[in-house]
Amino acid sequence: MAGLGRGRGRGKGYMSFSIEAVGIGKGENLPPSILQPTPLFPPMEHKPVPLVMGEEAEYMLALKQEFRGNMKTLPFYVRQAVSKKDTSLSVDTPVDPKPSKKTRVDKEEIIHKLEVGITLEKKEEEVTSDEEEGEKKKQEEEQQDGEEEYDEEEFEEETDYIMSYFDNGEEFGGDSDDNMDEAIY
Amino acid sequence: MTAQEVRLCGLLLQEHFGEVVERIGTHLLRGGAQNLRTIANETNTPLDLVKKSLCVLVQHGACEFGSGRRGPGSPVEYRANCERVLRVLRYPRYIYTAKTLYGDTGELIVEEVLQRGHMTMSNTVKTVADRLTHNMEEGRSMEYSEVVSAFSKLVETHFLQRCPPVAEMGTAASSTTPATPSTPAAPASTAPPTAESNPDCYKLPHVTLIGRGKRRRSSDDSEEQRGGKKAKMEVESCGDEGIYWQVNFERFHQHFRDQAVISAVASKLDQTSSEIVRTMLRMSEVTTTQTAAYTQPLSANEIFRSLPPNYSISRPILDQYLSLLVDDPMEFVGKSGDSGGGMYVVNLQRALANLARATLESVVQERFGSRSARIFRLLLRKRHLEQKQVEDFAMIPAKEAKDMLYTLLSENLVQLQEIPKTPDHAPSRTFYLYTVNQLPTARLLLQHCYKTVANLIERRLFETKENKRLLEKSQRIEAILASLQASGAEPEQLTEVEEMITAPERQQLEALRHHINKLDSTENQVDETVFLLESYIFSTKTK
Repeated sequence: MAGLGRGRGRGKGYMSFSIEAVGIGKGENLPPSILQPTPLFPPMEHKPVPLVMGEEAEYMLALKQEFRGNMKTLPFYVRQAVSKKDTSLSVDTPVDPKPSKKTRVDKEEIIHKLEVGITLEKKEEEVTSDEEEGEKKKQEEEQQDGEEEYDEEEFEEETDYIMSYFDNGEEFGGDSDDNMDEAIY
Repeated sequence: MTAQEVRLCGLLLQEHFGEVVERIGTHLLRGGAQNLRTIANETNTPLDLVKKSLCVLVQHGACEFGSGRRGPGSPVEYRANCERVLRVLRYPRYIYTAKTLYGDTGELIVEEVLQRGHMTMSNTVKTVADRLTHNMEEGRSMEYSEVVSAFSKLVETHFLQRCPPVAEMGTAASSTTPATPSTPAAPASTAPPTAESNPDCYKLPHVTLIGRGKRRRSSDDSEEQRGGKKAKMEVESCGDEGIYWQVNFERFHQHFRDQAVISAVASKLDQTSSEIVRTMLRMSEVTTTQTAAYTQPLSANEIFRSLPPNYSISRPILDQYLSLLVDDPMEFVGKSGDSGGGMYVVNLQRALANLARATLESVVQERFGSRSARIFRLLLRKRHLEQKQVEDFAMIPAKEAKDMLYTLLSENLVQLQEIPKTPDHAPSRTFYLYTVNQLPTARLLLQHCYKTVANLIERRLFETKENKRLLEKSQRIEAILASLQASGAEPEQLTEVEEMITAPERQQLEALRHHINKLDSTENQVDETVFLLESYIFSTKTK
């Protein structure tokens, strides 16, 4: 076709229709071509008209918010029944199947065991697994809460380390602050 | 079902029914009709949650079920209804309209039925009476008969209707909504029955409800919140089991459309003309079908007799007003004959088209400036114009006109039409004309509106999530304050608890509430535009 033949060897700006017809004259300054996506929040030359604010608008706003709140209490709001966190918190220790009603009782057990005097390593493992168990049971009991539950223990400060690693040993023999003469090792 | 619509539907489902229902609903919307197993497998949701979600969706009319594709023996297929889910956005407007028409009682009735999807009359009456009693002062309570009268008014004017009867499916298991007693065995209809196909659609059941609303004590609060389904089972049967009522959205839409036309006439002409149009519309309420292009012809004599008594204008003045209305370029009212002093109709379709056009022009004006709006209106009126003609007619210098035209072109509000002079479509011998097509542009703007509302909802959820900690803290403190006040604490304790929120936190909370209110309010207002555009597009479909 004649059009294709003219295209070769020409400069830039050749299009399949004659641009005079749409009004761009010869050699006129065209706006620069766009090389990247448009910005996410481009500056607006024309600001939007302000919202209609009146009694009717406010009443409808109140109706809307109330309706939303009410829907959350009705049985039509289906919640995820069981949070699937059982096997995802695996540490190397085996997880013992314990009965479901043990929450704070775990921590009491731990402290009791500490006062008997077991080694640091074993204590850490048990604390980790017991606290995990306690956490899981708490989560399973809090099933009405539709919020996202994350394992506080591990993810509190976005570190890669298990938070109990940073225990400053308060639970370990945490009495005898009275006698400050002796140094504490 | 465009991507924007599906996204908006997902957000609405999530806000009102939770994430599980949202997942199931979006899957159904995207994938069309599916059976139970497919849904469960493809969304990786346990079967009982899928069943629960489908029940919720069917209860609210967002999903329909029917026999499968392979005939009556194949498993039941479920189909989600995108339009119905989008109605959730308009709920506040429906409730407010009921309030303006039928007072607080009407408002509560509509709100209850919207919240529960389908409800029996006896249940609604009892719940509404209890709620109204709760708000009254001590010692007074609400009679059931008052609520029943409000309910019957709503049914008479067709704002509430019976739920459609469910088609029998042969030997298949029983459906969730019981069929009304009048349906005989298996109708083999392929389309799902609509509410209107039931002749008893607007008939009230013969039930006498006598009693008063019960005042709820604070000790009963925890029992109330255990869910409406449980309460239903404890209620004695009142004789209207199986007759469920739902809100008739089309009737509300008709009302909104009439309101839009009347307010347009009021702002274009004057109050008296709008009253005349309101009278004409009121007279044709029952005789006009929902998709009619214009109302039934009314004679000037009838209109004169039906004018409201406080608007006493003389007969010749009425005639003058009517001829003014007919001559107006907006073409709201048309003259269809000369008998009876002149036969007049309200041009509903034309009115909707004009309202949609005004919306489009307003959008262009607010986004691109009044000169671009001038070009846009010009193109709407003159249909096809060349570049040079646009510059001349709009009286805008060439360079700026070009700039504006290209901006509009890049936003797809204006299109280029090629008209070849010669059969080989040579570019130098082709006309290039600018044009605006109202219907596709309206559809484009409607999709933009859906996207806008979805963005607003997402932004609101984001703001709430960001300040979750602060919101929880303030809720806890309010709860503590409430319990302290109930148990009678001294003012020092109360101030102490109040000071637990610091001043900058209070400011932050205030700013957060302000933002959320603004976003919510904006959603309501965008929905008004959505309604106009939807009505216009729908009116052009049914030609």
